[in-house]
Amino acid sequence: MNLHIKNGRVIDPASQLDAQLDIFIRDGKIVAMSSHLDGFTADQTIDATGLIVCPGLVDLNARLREPGQEHTATIESETLAAVAGGITSLCVPPDTDPVIDTPAVVELIEDRAKKSGRAMVYTIGALTQKLQGELLTEMAALKMAGCIGVSNGLSPIKNSLILRRAMEYAATLDLTLFINAADPWLQSNGCVHEGAISTRLGLTGISETTETIAVARDLLLIELTGVRAHFHNISCGKTILLIKDAQNKGLAVTADVSAHHLHLSEHDIGNYDTLSHVMPPLRSIRDREQLQQGLRDGIISAICSHHQPLDNDAKLGPFAETTPGISGLETLLTLTMKLVDDEEITLHQAIASLTSHPADILGIDAGQLKIGAQADICIFNPNIYNECQPNKFVSAGKNSPFSGWLFNNKVSHTVFNGKLVFEQDKIRSIIV
Amino acid sequence: MSHNQLTESGRLHHFLSIEGLKRPLLTEMMDRAEQFSSISHQQVKKVPLLRGKTIVNLFFENSTRTRTTFELAAKRLSADVISLNINTSSASKGESLRDTLHNLEAMHSDMFVVRHNQSGAAEFIAQHVAPHVSVINAGDGCHAHPTQAMLDMFTIRRHKQHFPDLRVAIIGDILHSRVARSQIQALATLGVGEIRVIAPKTLLPTDCKTLGVHVYHDMEAGLKDVDVVITLRLQLERMQGALLPSAREYFQCYGLTERKLSLAKPDAIVMHPGPINRGVEIASAVADGPQSVILEQVTHGIAVRMAIMSMTLGSQAEFHEVTP
Amino acid sequence: MTIPATNSDIQTLLTAMADEIRYSLDGKKPLLIGIHSGGVWVAQQLAAILGADFFDSPLGTLNIAYYRDDFTRIGMHPQVTPSDLPFAVDDRHLLLVDDVLYSGRTIRAALNEIFDYGRPASVTLAVLIERNGRELPIQADIIGQSLTMTEDEHIKLSNNNGLTLTLSTAKAGENDVA
Repeated sequence: MNLHIKNGRVIDPASQLDAQLDIFIRDGKIVAMSSHLDGFTADQTIDATGLIVCPGLVDLNARLREPGQEHTATIESETLAAVAGGITSLCVPPDTDPVIDTPAVVELIEDRAKKSGRAMVYTIGALTQKLQGELLTEMAALKMAGCIGVSNGLSPIKNSLILRRAMEYAATLDLTLFINAADPWLQSNGCVHEGAISTRLGLTGISETTETIAVARDLLLIELTGVRAHFHNISCGKTILLIKDAQNKGLAVTADVSAHHLHLSEHDIGNYDTLSHVMPPLRSIRDREQLQQGLRDGIISAICSHHQPLDNDAKLGPFAETTPGISGLETLLTLTMKLVDDEEITLHQAIASLTSHPADILGIDAGQLKIGAQADICIFNPNIYNECQPNKFVSAGKNSPFSGWLFNNKVSHTVFNGKLVFEQDKIRSIIV
Repeated sequence: MSHNQLTESGRLHHFLSIEGLKRPLLTEMMDRAEQFSSISHQQVKKVPLLRGKTIVNLFFENSTRTRTTFELAAKRLSADVISLNINTSSASKGESLRDTLHNLEAMHSDMFVVRHNQSGAAEFIAQHVAPHVSVINAGDGCHAHPTQAMLDMFTIRRHKQHFPDLRVAIIGDILHSRVARSQIQALATLGVGEIRVIAPKTLLPTDCKTLGVHVYHDMEAGLKDVDVVITLRLQLERMQGALLPSAREYFQCYGLTERKLSLAKPDAIVMHPGPINRGVEIASAVADGPQSVILEQVTHGIAVRMAIMSMTLGSQAEFHEVTP
Repeated sequence: MTIPATNSDIQTLLTAMADEIRYSLDGKKPLLIGIHSGGVWVAQQLAAILGADFFDSPLGTLNIAYYRDDFTRIGMHPQVTPSDLPFAVDDRHLLLVDDVLYSGRTIRAALNEIFDYGRPASVTLAVLIERNGRELPIQADIIGQSLTMTEDEHIKLSNNNGLTLTLSTAKAGENDVA
């Protein structure tokens, strides 16, 4: 199948390319990027005039709810949502049910993803069995089955000795450790940032030390063990200083921030708006500014969705009783581009933080446009006024606090493995 | 914040929190409570003001005292009252709240009085009832207990009249107290001269000063020249979770004894939202002493709740779904 | 039709009313009840004319705010001075006094309130002004003067160093459900 993407502004941060070019795709691969190609007859042409053409986005953390919570969402529904958001590669954390602690679960997920055929789903394997923080998983087997990293999900390992050993074992296998850092005792049953808002609303707060203490401990163990590590979903300005320090020391440490933490703060909780209930919580305005600065400075190199689709029931109730999480696949690009529109980051930084940087972190061959590579491409319109309507999301989860937000950009086409898998206003298949 | 408590014309529709309400409205509440309090002394303790209205007490947390005063208040206004005690120990708490609401709407009630152990519960219910239905917060988690705060203000006004001259001290577990939060908001809105909180650090919320109070850890310093002393109930569960070592030490440092009370003004009044833990937050001699107005608070509770119920149900005309 | 406006006009009416009251209630040891606030003023004047011994007790006052039938429509009244009946009503003859009888709803509310207190032997209604516009089957026993007015006309009793009546033409307000 020959695909021709015509006249778009092609931006590829990995090769520092930014030019008006056509892209020619044959048999799933990019065969040329130039103004024309002799002897190429396109089966399908996409007119990308006025549009930006970049690598398909790479999302470091998205929950697809399968296996385990298929009543909420499935790999089928969420990969469709992913490509609707221009995302062609995404990473699933190990806290599925069953946990990704055996090759069988890895294969199940990869199988289902292959069947949907729309996006590449990578798995992060469990660091410990059942994520219980005691016994190591067979990480070599998981790696062989296809896991590109390991993590203990949302259950931080309390026992520092076990964490040290797990890090050493992962380092032996050259596996990246993905960390959601939080001190479980300080976190307790808190649900919002500890501060003036938690005091006013009478909700149990989560102090910033919950994150900084955990990060500090983990960094010291990372230094000791030499494991390559990535911190997910940084929420505090102070954490950035710790990571910066570690990076300056030459440690292989990277970090990402969620698209929502770059835009929202504790004030967005307003009058107990459960759509703003996330973990880690939305913090102060100052933290948000510092997160944006951390991104500009490159200490945080990737933006991700931390997608958590939830059904309506999960968000209907008194704040503390609701489930935290935002359905974020379809707003990842729009929120990142909004930072560009607001002149907080440059266009190239924005695209890099969604493509080449996350791909580097994962160590995968994605997030770039080059001749001979698999054709995973995101085409979007950077100049189209539209309103965020979560109830029209493709994802099974409509839980987003961005309802009514006005954006200036929208994904128009997504290509995966040389096939057009998403076209705006023409959803490619129906979700049952 | 609480913009949805008022109707378009500024009348009280829900009473969820003191926050967002202005002084004239709070004053009106107290004035009406004055008017209603005389009814309790009459031969006929009832007026037909809310006859035909159905009021449902939705209590997800046990409370005989508060529930009883709401029942009495409703009955003195000739309303029909139903009290539901809903057990929240089931695993699916959120579900039961919503399901309960759906079931109750079929009963065509005019008002829900809600008490729940989660902050924000009353707000949640107010967002999910039919437009003409009023919701009164009888206490939600650690967030607010506005009817208690208003009866406390009413009591203070009866004894002290002029709020700007007053120094008020609130002693105890402010961190977990919805009563304290509402009291502080009410005192601030009514223009009280100075609001003090007296507690150990473990029992104070983060950024406490943003509530507009002066913080004291030393009780003797905090009580000096105070006009109103409000003691809060200390829940004995606070000994777990490393908030306090023991009730005895708490009484030693923060219990209101006659000697410590003497540091306040000689005509200072002593209040407590109840129920009292004698010998923990307050000595019996003080609770039963001449400066204590604790029993009065209980009586005032009925008149104040009658005022609030009639104010909110009186605004139903602004909602077109009122059944003729 | 002349509207009795001045204080002396009103005194003339009150004197005539007092005569009728004396005629119908003499010997029955009646109790006097005035409806806030105009009825109270009229009752006070009648008590002055009839003398301290005529009624068996100081004046009782009724505030029918909690008994009105329009609570759902217009909500709570701004000021409510509580009712005060310093006597028991069971088996007694009551003289109920109001300033203007119009729709009859105020009297209906007043009767409801009185009956919450007990069971009187009789209730005699005396009003200073009776006008057309009845919405309930309520009639006064003793009337100062009857007036016929249009829907837009309203009559109001004021007490500024003496009672006066004023006629105004306007859309009906909350107060005009007498």
